[in-house]
Amino acid sequence: MTVDNVPNVRTCITPLEENIRVLEQDRVGELSNKKKFNRKRKKIDVDIVIVGSGPAGMMAAITAAKQGVPSILLVDENHLIGGQLVKQSHKFFGSEEEKAGTRGIDLAVELMEQVNSVKTIQSMLKTTIIGCYNGKKNHKLIAIKRLIEGDQLIEINSKSVIFACGAMENMLAFPGNDLPGVYGAGGVQTLMNVYGVKPGKKVLMVGAGNVGLIVSYQLLQAGVNVDRVVEILPKIGGYNVHAAKLRRCGVPIYTSHSIKEVYGNGKVEGAILVAINNSFKPIPGTEQKVSCDTVCIAVGLTPSIRLLEQIGAKTEFIAEAGGHVAIHDSSMQTSVKGVYVAGDSSGIEEASTAMIEGQLAGISAATLLGYDKQADMLKKKYRKALEGFRSGPFGIKPKICKEKIACCWNGGINY
Amino acid sequence: MEVLTIKQYEKTGILSLKDLTLPNDEQLKKGVAIIECVQEIPCDPCVAVCPVNAISMKDINDIPKIDFNKCTGCKRCVGICPGLAIFVIKIRDDNALVTLPYEFLPIPKVGDNITALDRAGKPRGNAKIVKVNRSNKTTVVTIEIEKDLAMEVRSILLD
Ligand SMILES: Cc1cc2nc3c(=O)[nH]c(=O)nc-3n(C[C@H](O)[C@H](O)[C@H](O)COP(=O)(O)OP(=O)(O)OC[C@H]3O[C@@H](n4cnc5c(N)ncnc54)[C@H](O)[C@@H]3O)c2cc1C
Ligand code: SF4
Ligand code: SF4
Repeated sequence: MTVDNVPNVRTCITPLEENIRVLEQDRVGELSNKKKFNRKRKKIDVDIVIVGSGPAGMMAAITAAKQGVPSILLVDENHLIGGQLVKQSHKFFGSEEEKAGTRGIDLAVELMEQVNSVKTIQSMLKTTIIGCYNGKKNHKLIAIKRLIEGDQLIEINSKSVIFACGAMENMLAFPGNDLPGVYGAGGVQTLMNVYGVKPGKKVLMVGAGNVGLIVSYQLLQAGVNVDRVVEILPKIGGYNVHAAKLRRCGVPIYTSHSIKEVYGNGKVEGAILVAINNSFKPIPGTEQKVSCDTVCIAVGLTPSIRLLEQIGAKTEFIAEAGGHVAIHDSSMQTSVKGVYVAGDSSGIEEASTAMIEGQLAGISAATLLGYDKQADMLKKKYRKALEGFRSGPFGIKPKICKEKIACCWNGGINY
Repeated sequence: MEVLTIKQYEKTGILSLKDLTLPNDEQLKKGVAIIECVQEIPCDPCVAVCPVNAISMKDINDIPKIDFNKCTGCKRCVGICPGLAIFVIKIRDDNALVTLPYEFLPIPKVGDNITALDRAGKPRGNAKIVKVNRSNKTTVVTIEIEKDLAMEVRSILLD
């Protein structure tokens, strides 16, 4: 999108301002007013830079600081610290240690206070890392910081980098998916829970995984009508407790159903659903119309790995991870020395496991730089906790994902 | 290909009484927690919060098991459970008290009239709110309903 004549802007993380002009962009963008950019460049040298301030990034920073690393930089392109946590108004699962029963947003505030109370961690918000290069002695990251008087280019030189960039939402291909009113579930959650904006009056949710179920429930809490949830698989993928919450509020869940198309004149006015047979083919004649003004897509996430690819980390396609991921060892180090990965970027999972992976990455990066306070003992503890989380039936996918990553790390296997 | 048997609740999201561990009449008279959490999910705050260790688990993925003889019906687990899956039921001579978690606005008040809903969201008659507690932004509401509905009603709609 183009905002105030600046092209290529991610509107989902651009705060609304008085008289802001937002236009659709359908071609390569061109800058009309070059003056908007701050010419002063800045150079920063740090020991560890962490890209992304979600649960993984924050824990990595806190853990590395506890090991005694003198200068840590935590960068996030959002204007809020916390990643996905800031929009999660529901209570979290997990164990006592990972703050189960605490709401995501409260957890974000708690971790943010910890980050802010440590002098050796500097956090830099509204800053996007746009490129990274792997030098002989250190790694170079190029960042753009959004300032009121224009954007500033920053060069960050760092001995070690931890990528905790999270993930991107998947989209579905169907006629009408570009009509205003078709959203990703994460986008809807941001609108409601961060900005207090209702996305519409009547929503059709596509996908009955935990994200689809939770966002449906939060829509109800915001006073939005959820017509139904459709799920292509023959069973609900998310936890039964989440599905049960929706059902007792009267929201039906249609398994073995999918969305065929969305119709409307300039905006969503309804959708056509279709029943799906055992071989995942639509059953002709089962089409039905649902009138709604919002369609919310919750069909999974893909790890964000573009920066990892650019820096030269070896990647593999692993279905259980949600797409391509950087392969890493059991200390979260990638194939590039001093470059680590943690959280959803290393395979889609949960905030609880993202926090533990962040701790592992933070400790490992610190050890590499020579800061070591019982690192081995702590690493063992974190690995054990991860194993615990991945041992139940809902942990099967991340478990296989991490096993495959370990295989690739140890020489590789063709899948 | 592996043979998939899909349980009914995995299709509908609605548990039936057969899926649950239920207390006996004596225990119901005293007032006990009913845990409607039947899958192995990585979660355990209910175990930690119970003051009398009535809920147990082998590991974090285990299904919570409750000892109805130990449970005092104190309702603490109702407010902490992130799955909103725990209810406290107390059967009295002529009616029943159902305590449930409620996360909608406005916050209900004692004396409010409500429509009682079952696990499928179907209205099952009217009732009154007799008690309201707040715990970590979850409102824990107790309603008074007909005895026969004690194992059916699991949600409310404010009138
Ligand atoms: C609806 C929903 C419900 C959920 N519920 C639960 C739950 O109950 N329990 C649970 O454990 N988990 C839950 N999760 C999952 C959990 O939120 C994620 O797994 C977790 O947030 C991942 O953490 P992360 O640190 O890897 O990434 P994120 O939290 O996504 O953070 C990544 C950060 O990186 C920043 N970033 C990315 N690229 C750049 C760049 N180039 N430059 C600068 N910054 C960048 C982003 O702005 C973002 O802030 C839920 C997720 C969703 C969507
Ligand atoms: S109601 Fe109280 S005593 Fe009973 S299981 Fe819950 S927390 Fe324990
Ligand atoms: S706290 Fe609730 S969701 Fe978690 S294990 Fe206990 S009953 Fe299940």
